[in-house]
Amino acid sequence: MLSINNLHASVDGKEILKGISLTVNPGEIHAIMGPNGSGKSTLAQVLAGHPAYHVTDGQVLFEGRDLLDMEPEERAQAGFFLAFQYPVELPGVTNAYFLRAAYNEIRKSRGEEELDSMDFLDLLEEKLKLVEWGPEIMQRAVNAGFSGGEKKRNEILQLAVLEPRLAVLDETDSGLDIDALRTVAAGVNKLRRPDNAFIVITHYQRLLNYIVPDRVHVLSDGKVVMSGGKELALELEAKGYEWVDAQAEALAQ
Amino acid sequence: MSGVSVKELEGLAGPATVEGPEWLEPVRRAAMERFARTGFPSAREEEWRFTPVTPIAQETWQPAWTREPVAAAVSREQIAPFVFGHEEWATLVFVNGEYTPELSTAAGLPDGVLVTSLGEALRNGDEVVRRHLTRYARPEDNPFAALNTALLRDGGFLHVAGGVELSAPLHLLFLTTADAAGTVTHPRNLVVVERNARAAVVESYVTLAPGARYWTNPVTEVVTGANSWVEHARIQRESESAYHVATTQVEVQRDGHYRSFSMAMGAALARHNLNVRLADQYSEALLYGLYITRGEQLADTHTVLYHDHPNCHSWEVYKGILDGRSRAVFSGKVVVQPEAQKTDAKQTNRNLVLSDHAKVDTKPQLEIFADDVKCTHGATVGRLDERARFYARSRGLPAEVADRLLTYAFAAEVVDEVAIAPVREELDRLVFERLGAL
Repeated sequence: MLSINNLHASVDGKEILKGISLTVNPGEIHAIMGPNGSGKSTLAQVLAGHPAYHVTDGQVLFEGRDLLDMEPEERAQAGFFLAFQYPVELPGVTNAYFLRAAYNEIRKSRGEEELDSMDFLDLLEEKLKLVEWGPEIMQRAVNAGFSGGEKKRNEILQLAVLEPRLAVLDETDSGLDIDALRTVAAGVNKLRRPDNAFIVITHYQRLLNYIVPDRVHVLSDGKVVMSGGKELALELEAKGYEWVDAQAEALAQ
Repeated sequence: MSGVSVKELEGLAGPATVEGPEWLEPVRRAAMERFARTGFPSAREEEWRFTPVTPIAQETWQPAWTREPVAAAVSREQIAPFVFGHEEWATLVFVNGEYTPELSTAAGLPDGVLVTSLGEALRNGDEVVRRHLTRYARPEDNPFAALNTALLRDGGFLHVAGGVELSAPLHLLFLTTADAAGTVTHPRNLVVVERNARAAVVESYVTLAPGARYWTNPVTEVVTGANSWVEHARIQRESESAYHVATTQVEVQRDGHYRSFSMAMGAALARHNLNVRLADQYSEALLYGLYITRGEQLADTHTVLYHDHPNCHSWEVYKGILDGRSRAVFSGKVVVQPEAQKTDAKQTNRNLVLSDHAKVDTKPQLEIFADDVKCTHGATVGRLDERARFYARSRGLPAEVADRLLTYAFAAEVVDEVAIAPVREELDRLVFERLGAL
């Protein structure tokens, strides 16, 4: 589904990603862990097509297409989704309008018929249950005045409505209390299917108690320095990121 | 422009002056003399620095009333798009400045409410008109207002007696046709809402001739009586080749509440002077506005809030969206007199610039002579937020759809403040339509 090969990227002339390779297959959940500044969020933004990041080397294939050659909206239309670490507020745009516009743009790009607002409301009703929200939220402006937890939950709602093939969750757990974390994780688990995949980016192991990954990768200084099964997350939690740095140094020598 | 003689102006004033009441004559004459002395403002004057009125001053404008009346040629179907789906609202229609009873309705009004053309009220020797007309918009404040006073013939008049509530809005609809080309009109409106009363007024300037070049020079005086409540929506959708220079002068008495929304999207050159005097304690004014310009349009808004007394509140939010080579000017003055302690005034002007060639001059001016007040202001001029654009695109919205959505949202935030629901919905639709075509 996704194949990243030797990806290098920089921002403002500073290289952040220094050769990342990673393969994700349908049905899998991958966790990407690593200390602050290791390049986790940069990877997410590069995959989503943020204009501030420049890819200097490497390839990314998504469903057989060159992801890096696509505009951000084309990536979304092809089934890529990024749950933002810092979801953006859109004052004046209601959640209902925004979600339906996004949903219909994606359908349109696939030659499918757009949903009218009544049919869309039916679809929404079911998706709202997934994040344990009532319909009131749909009349509020997108993320405007939302608490940190509400913003993250709104990302999961968008994910549920847009049904991407591959979703990257960028520190969706940061700033969440335990109840919100459970709701968000349960939502993601319900959205799991054999034909979709998730990349969960997190600083802490905590989220991975609820969203159990198939593979765990550890990033340090813009490179994947370790990969393993879900037990790697626990080991990392016990030993700390200094352990990773030591391993990385050993590897380098 | 200098060298306008009183005699020439008298010629322009026409026969209506003969029919006017006696008390008006000296006022009119003083205004004429005033204008004859000052002429049009020059760009050297601070208040007109960014808005050169030479295109108006250099042209010879024929008074619209000297043309053959064309009102009969305008049908109800033609005005239907401009009445917010509410043709049953009391509506006074003026075609090329001329009051058109056949297209107007003022039925089913409660006792104590008078809706009529100002010309009619003047001919009837209306006492309320005598008490209020020309009292607030003073000729010495602005040459255009002086000219309007000198040459006024007609406009809308609303009087709501004390304690009476006008449930549906009054609509003053000024419509131009292709015959307006080359003419000037000086619409004059008077709204008097007495103590404990309530009313909503919509004032629209629209056209059936989108390319016509004409000049509209309206003045509207609004008296918000003690403990009364006035909603005022002003919609300027003139021809984009026309000139529109307007003054709205508002007086708010004790415990009075005045709220306005001003939309400017037409005219080659549009200037709106909105002056609000909080004339007694505990009065309040909420001023909202939106200007949307494109091509070579210029939209200028000058507001002044006079806080003359303690414990008054004013709140002002104006937004602008500019494209092409268009320009906007916003000047927001708040004057707080020494006795106006506990004044609470907030002013915001935000501009969204969609093109590299559009330009905004925004100038908040606080003149505060009291020490125990809360006054803030803020002005911004900027482009669409890149973070918001990327966020919308990352959800599958093509760049141009995302831009349109965010621009619309910027406008919607202030359009939401229009208190009269059918007007709000129509403005929302107009904004949406216009942004699709920017």
